[in-house]
Amino acid sequence: MGRYILRRLLWTIAVVLVVTLVTFVIFYVLPSGDPALRFAGKEPTPQVLAQVRQDLGLNHNVVIQYLLYLKRLVFGDRYGWPGLGFSYSTGAAIAPQLWQRALITIQLVLGAAVLWMLIGIPIGVISAMRPRSVFDRASLLTGLVFISTPVFWLGLMLLWLFWSTLGWLPGTGYVAFTTDPVQWAAHMIMPWFTLALLFAAIYARVIRGNMLDTLGEDYIRTARAKGLSERRVITHHALRASIVPVITLLAIDVGTLIGGTVITETVFNLQGLGNWVLEGALNQDLPVTLAVTLVVTIAVSILSLFADIAYAYLDPRVRFK
Amino acid sequence: MSPPLLEIRGLSVHFRTPDGVVRAVDGLSLTLERGHIVGVVGESGSGKSVTFLAAMQLLDYGRAEVRGEILLDGVDLLTASPREIRRIRGARVGMIFQDPMSALHPLFRIGDQISETVRAHRGIGRREAAARAVEALRQVGMPNPEERAHQYPHELSGGMRQRVMIAMALVLEPELLIADEPTTALDTTVEAQILEIIDEMKSRLGIGVVLVSHSLATVSDVADDVVVMYAGRAVERGPCTRVFSDPQHPYTWGLLDSIPTVDARRERLIPIPGSPPSLINPPAGCRFAARCRYRFDACMTDLPDLVERGHGHADACLLDPARRRDVRQHPVQAGLFASGMP
Repeated sequence: MGRYILRRLLWTIAVVLVVTLVTFVIFYVLPSGDPALRFAGKEPTPQVLAQVRQDLGLNHNVVIQYLLYLKRLVFGDRYGWPGLGFSYSTGAAIAPQLWQRALITIQLVLGAAVLWMLIGIPIGVISAMRPRSVFDRASLLTGLVFISTPVFWLGLMLLWLFWSTLGWLPGTGYVAFTTDPVQWAAHMIMPWFTLALLFAAIYARVIRGNMLDTLGEDYIRTARAKGLSERRVITHHALRASIVPVITLLAIDVGTLIGGTVITETVFNLQGLGNWVLEGALNQDLPVTLAVTLVVTIAVSILSLFADIAYAYLDPRVRFK
Repeated sequence: MSPPLLEIRGLSVHFRTPDGVVRAVDGLSLTLERGHIVGVVGESGSGKSVTFLAAMQLLDYGRAEVRGEILLDGVDLLTASPREIRRIRGARVGMIFQDPMSALHPLFRIGDQISETVRAHRGIGRREAAARAVEALRQVGMPNPEERAHQYPHELSGGMRQRVMIAMALVLEPELLIADEPTTALDTTVEAQILEIIDEMKSRLGIGVVLVSHSLATVSDVADDVVVMYAGRAVERGPCTRVFSDPQHPYTWGLLDSIPTVDARRERLIPIPGSPPSLINPPAGCRFAARCRYRFDACMTDLPDLVERGHGHADACLLDPARRRDVRQHPVQAGLFASGMP
């Protein structure tokens, strides 16, 4: 197990290095024209352009530029760690903002992930136990509704109902957990649901499918032949085997969402990464876009490392490969 | 007189399918005494496995329709409530299945899988149950049972996995063991070991064993009685020695002629021509008639029932019992050849 984790860890580091190279090529090398112009934001002054060239080492050749870029990432720069520089449009350092915003997005995504697993797994299991039953059909239909509903519309409807009409929940914005845990939860609950309902619907279908396959396995017949209760057969034997493939799916979805909750963050006015990358793109603020791109790709790599470790823990056969 | 350990009376299992009703088992009867092994032999789809899955209520009841009686010690298993049947499974009736790789849960340690059976039926602690599991592994000849208990199924060979299945089925010392093709997925040398273990456990625990197999040769090594099934019906039944020395039904003759032997006197194996009939609308008359070299007109219209011919030996064939020996040697001279035979 230890060797397996070490091997996967080294592999992840290699993947992250490749990610830095690819992002470097996309942001520095491939686009035509002067890279300094692109990083410098809208209508830069000659002084700013000179500053950009100085900061990013654009006077050197491409290889040196990449190594400098890598060095800033690994060891940080004068604005903090990782060294992602400075937004020439807004005049703010990237790294401190990145951490602050990542924290909000991670809370949003992890909370939603817990929620969609809590909703999706039981629905999937019950649907699989009685395929084509009323429950199964109803959950399929409800799921289809949530899969097809645009997230911005769902978010707005929740706001309209629970904030503006019923007044049960506070509106948009973010309150830190350390400031007021109750207000934190009250502000997060609608964003969580907005994000989770779509995924809950998808996960319920995936788990239903996995469960149906597993329930046809010989070892489920063995479990019944041992005299186990149906409940134990389902929760211990069938669900355990059905949940393993979902781990990988979960890691990829969470990783992608860390940079992709643009709409939810915008609707609920949460100052997270999704919101930021949208602003960055609209303002041609290249350092911001680059920072979020890097964070998301690295997050996906690290989460798939976690998924592989969890996989090996849950399925002994993986460890021996 | 106490009732026999297992008695099946007039069992029928029908499956509803989109194409029609499949008569998987049709009017099967069978008796098993304690300390005996009954071999149930037939090819795929003859209804042998379905019979015993039905006994444990392990069929999909959305589709299966089961009629008749399956009495364990005089109590009908088919009418048992879910709770009652659960108490019987694993505790009074142990089951082992064909493919020990897929029949063991791949994600759990084998020791835990065995002790789970113990804990499901006896209110004992985790540690004691684990000790029982190790003991059960020892009983079936598993080397280093303490270490093996911590391994996963994929770390064991096929024969060892089947030993685990036997240990799991017998850990609570049930009265009946149902072995559903326990050696089909294994090598021939391992097959002999597994049969030996089953036979030994039978003697040690004094239990009854149902040995389901597609091979008469497998069954002949250990079984006391044998039931030959064809297309959902028993075609011959009797003490193993009698069925082998004096087989009565043409299907049994065919099975015996298709067993490979080391004996070089017979140069070729004789296969049974054709394949079993569809069980959706089985033909009228004897179900084997279409493949039978000895059929005559009545075979196509009359469905023979099992008839006892003495010494506990019964068969379901319309041939004249007195002339069967001659008929088997000389099917043409017996004048029973119908036209259009294969």
